[in-house]
Amino acid sequence: MIEAINVSKSFNNHEVLKNISVKFEKGKTNLIIGQSGSGKTVLMKCLVGLFPIDKGSINFDGRSFSTISYEEKKKVRQEIGMLFQGGALFDSMNVEENVVFPLSMFTEMSNNEKIERANFCLKRVNLENVNKLFPSELSGGMKKRVAIARAISANPKYLFCDEPNSGLDPATSIVIDNLISEITQEYQITTVINTHDMNSVIEIGDKIAFIYKGNLWWEGDKNSILHTDNKEINDFVYATELTRRLKGK
Amino acid sequence: MKILSEVGRYLVLMKQVFRKPEKQSIYRKQLWLEMDNLGLDSLGIVAIISIFMGAVVTIQMAFNVDSPLIPLYTIGFATRKSVILEFSPTIVSLILAGKVGSRIASEIGTMRVTEQIDALEIMGINPAAFLILPKIIASIIIYPFLILVSMFLAISGGWLAGSLTGLVATNDYVYGLQYQFKMFDITYALIKTVVFAFLTASVSGYYGYYTSGGALEVGRSSTKAVVNSSIMIILFNLILTQLLLA
Ligand SMILES: Nc1ncnc2c1ncn2[C@@H]1O[C@H](COP(=O)(O)OP(=O)(O)OP(=O)(O)O)[C@@H](O)[C@H]1O
Ligand SMILES: [Mg+2]
Repeated sequence: MIEAINVSKSFNNHEVLKNISVKFEKGKTNLIIGQSGSGKTVLMKCLVGLFPIDKGSINFDGRSFSTISYEEKKKVRQEIGMLFQGGALFDSMNVEENVVFPLSMFTEMSNNEKIERANFCLKRVNLENVNKLFPSELSGGMKKRVAIARAISANPKYLFCDEPNSGLDPATSIVIDNLISEITQEYQITTVINTHDMNSVIEIGDKIAFIYKGNLWWEGDKNSILHTDNKEINDFVYATELTRRLKGK
Repeated sequence: MKILSEVGRYLVLMKQVFRKPEKQSIYRKQLWLEMDNLGLDSLGIVAIISIFMGAVVTIQMAFNVDSPLIPLYTIGFATRKSVILEFSPTIVSLILAGKVGSRIASEIGTMRVTEQIDALEIMGINPAAFLILPKIIASIIIYPFLILVSMFLAISGGWLAGSLTGLVATNDYVYGLQYQFKMFDITYALIKTVVFAFLTASVSGYYGYYTSGGALEVGRSSTKAVVNSSIMIILFNLILTQLLLA
């Protein structure tokens, strides 16, 4: 379980996160949703310690992440897999080297084992025969999928995904959503996903935290989100003609 | 004030760079890559510049000692002195600051703005050490080699120019090269070289590492890296000369 307690974060007097307290549970896909610019990415980066927080604390299974030393932080991070909004693949390495990299760094696996593991992860994101291509030779969606493969290659205990299916077609999106949901249950990972895709919300929203202008505005799951009378949630959920029509039925 | 805080930030980064590596074997692999990238890639430009500069130095010396009272071997002697003491270690290091420095800063800066550094951090790797340490060590290993090559080529270039133009005979030139030769001159040059290598790699790594923004800022960091590495080289050249030769 990952817990944020009274977390606040500002950039040059612009308060982006306002006193947020939220829990993300183990074995569940926890979604952070909200409009563009609401603070989802900042919250995620605060959770993993890429942004220092101004106030509050963050715990990983009871280990206080915001106060421990750098070396201890590194230990916790070896259990984290993260997908960045922009992919953040290493340009100087090909697909296979990218996925293998965390394994080379922190395991004693042999070369064959590592490549086998990389192929397994790549196959799970529907990528085959791209091992030797470099990131510059991939499409946007392929980059994203390679980045997911890299995030899960070292069997993380905590998985963070910032918009895992932006830039993917609906069919691939569902494959990715299901993959994340499956491995979350299978390996009892604590998974946190940023998204504004309503399809993902309905498919895999075991737990949902709605961020509105830097506040934790509403919490619930994929069922309750359709039946709440919270105005901002409804504006978010029923933003499109399609969803409004479905609601009308 | 701004300079002080920059120096402070640089020192904090260096402390981070010299922490214990997570895994020796990966860092070693990285070191080989960097030696190839930074060193062998620069061999061409070092060679061309050295040959031509050596030739120019010799020709100028020849015109300057155009007096029957000064023996011709002075040309070889003076060429050797200027090449070994200043031209190869300092001028070539300045040129390398342009090539190596901009390369390091733009590579690391791009990794910063595309979140690749964050990705390393999240994996539990110390990105400062992983990215900068192999570059510093590679430079420290490769630079002395490049500078020795440069000395050899510059002196050869001088000989070629001198004998082709008929300004100085090979005998005189070679006699001048050996005249009052002091091994310490080479040691002095190599000490300077190693310091310049460290400065270029670490200062450029610093500017790359603290890039923020986008592609535009990467360009800016790379310029700052070259300018500030060069200033540091000039400054330390003065300090080291004072310390080692005084
Ligand atoms: N490094 C930063 N420096 C200053 N302000 C920042 C920084 N990162 C984010 N912000 C600000 O924080 C706010 C929230 O940004 P954030 O990236 O978290 O949005 P988001 O919810 O992830 O949006 P999107 O769905 O478009 O990715 C924005 O107003 C942004 O300008
Ligand atoms: Mg975002």
